[in-house]
Amino acid sequence: MIEFHNVHKTYRVAGKEIPALHPTSLRVENGQVFGLIGHSGAGKSTLLRLINRLEQPSGGQIHVDGEEVTALDANGLRRFRQQVGMIFQHFNLLASKTVADNVALPLTLAGELSRKAIDQRVAELLARVGLSEHAKKYPAQLSGGQKQRVGIARALATKPKILLCDEATSALDPQTTASVLKLLAEINRELKLTIVLITHEMDVIRRVCDQVAVMDAGVIVEQGSVTDVFLHPKHPTTKRFVQEADQVDEGEQHDVFAHVPGRIVRLTFQGESTYAPLLGTVARETGVDYSILAGRIDHIKDTPYGQLTLAITGGDMEAAFARFTAADVHMEVLR
Amino acid sequence: MDVLLHYFDNVDWADIWVATGDTLLMLSTSLFFTVLVGLPLGILLFLFSPRQLLEQKATYGVLAFIVNAIRSLPFIILLIVMIPTTIFITGTSLGVAGAIPPLVVGASTFFARLVETALREVDRGIIEATQAMGATTRQIIVKALLPEAKPGIIAAITVTAIALVGYTAMAGVVGAGGLGDLAIRYGYQRFQDDVMVVTVVMLIVLVQILQTIGDKLVTHYSRK
Repeated sequence: MIEFHNVHKTYRVAGKEIPALHPTSLRVENGQVFGLIGHSGAGKSTLLRLINRLEQPSGGQIHVDGEEVTALDANGLRRFRQQVGMIFQHFNLLASKTVADNVALPLTLAGELSRKAIDQRVAELLARVGLSEHAKKYPAQLSGGQKQRVGIARALATKPKILLCDEATSALDPQTTASVLKLLAEINRELKLTIVLITHEMDVIRRVCDQVAVMDAGVIVEQGSVTDVFLHPKHPTTKRFVQEADQVDEGEQHDVFAHVPGRIVRLTFQGESTYAPLLGTVARETGVDYSILAGRIDHIKDTPYGQLTLAITGGDMEAAFARFTAADVHMEVLR
Repeated sequence: MDVLLHYFDNVDWADIWVATGDTLLMLSTSLFFTVLVGLPLGILLFLFSPRQLLEQKATYGVLAFIVNAIRSLPFIILLIVMIPTTIFITGTSLGVAGAIPPLVVGASTFFARLVETALREVDRGIIEATQAMGATTRQIIVKALLPEAKPGIIAAITVTAIALVGYTAMAGVVGAGGLGDLAIRYGYQRFQDDVMVVTVVMLIVLVQILQTIGDKLVTHYSRK
């Protein structure tokens, strides 16, 4: 469990104190994939680096599994860091070392295993990320996705409890992003590893995260389970991220629907209700007519969801609304 | 044909070979000690410099000042200023042995700056990644920074070796001999153009060989 108690960070730039992170309290449960989303400069990178103290906090306490990270001395910190893997946007692999040597580096630095044991562990890790046949290559000979897989193998070398991902997919194309995210999800499931990732793409959060915190100007403005935050965003920043992911502009949509007759509602289905034949049933029973103005059926991590914008005309509208509300569906009346 | 044969009349080939030997001896010995002194000095300059691992403004300021002060002295002056120190180190201020300490002092400050630059070229992300693995500062330098900067450091050694060839020409002042000395004493002071031509050609060949070896090594160790 990662816990932040009033942790804050200010930088001194040209004699001025610039706050990067306002006092923040936070809790990440073990085995969770925790996403931090925010625009650049929102403080998410600072927050991530505070966990393994690549950034020193200006105040507050950080605990990991009960151990106070903020109180560790240099030696303690080095031992702690060996239990926290980290991957980076630009991979940060050593160009002068082969793939196998890059993966072996954390083990060589720790100096606890014999050369033979290291070789064996490296072979395991490379097989895990599907790069066994590239062991003798240099990073420059690999594609971006392969480089990130090397990064992941390297981060897992010391069997850490926590994996920190610093914009790990931001330099990758959509297809490669998907495969790297899939690998992260597998690792989370199989190794019960806690993952903290930062990103500026809601799509990354939607695919792999359980919990999400939205950051803006050094403050966590919204936090919760991904399904809640994604389907029912409250803070303007969150709404903007969700709209970017859906590629819709709410204001624009209202203009387009201006001439559509009837009431406009948005229904959000989640989990099994996504597949229930609710619309037809309600229409038959209450005599309303509906037309679908916009819609999306997809899933958030493993949870299926649907979000439909409907225009409803005729029949017993109040009864229809009552039926929707009674069912396992979230309803919003837009007009 | 006769003209051509007689053109090199003044050239005593035995002298040329002795001079070449002296130059090579001075070059290899001083290059060895230059790397020995300059590499750690360059690493220290890098570590103490602003926004680096062991950032220390005052220490960096003092080191940088000393390095700059030595580098601003013309080599010929350094050679003379250092005579007492040279005698203290080697027991003589004359000959090849008398030339080595000033050569090393002059070249290692130059080399240290090149090393500092080569280390600064290494992506900061590499340092961050090794720190995140729990590396000590020493491990970061030995296991990450130096291997990553290797091509840059080899290029720096090449440039330094060639600069040293130039410095050795002036070492004749303390009787260290060498090709440059031969060119000055015979080619220039006695107007023996042929000696000048031969020594200059030898120096060009030497520099070409050094540069070629350096370039080959850089290419060999570059993985980018």
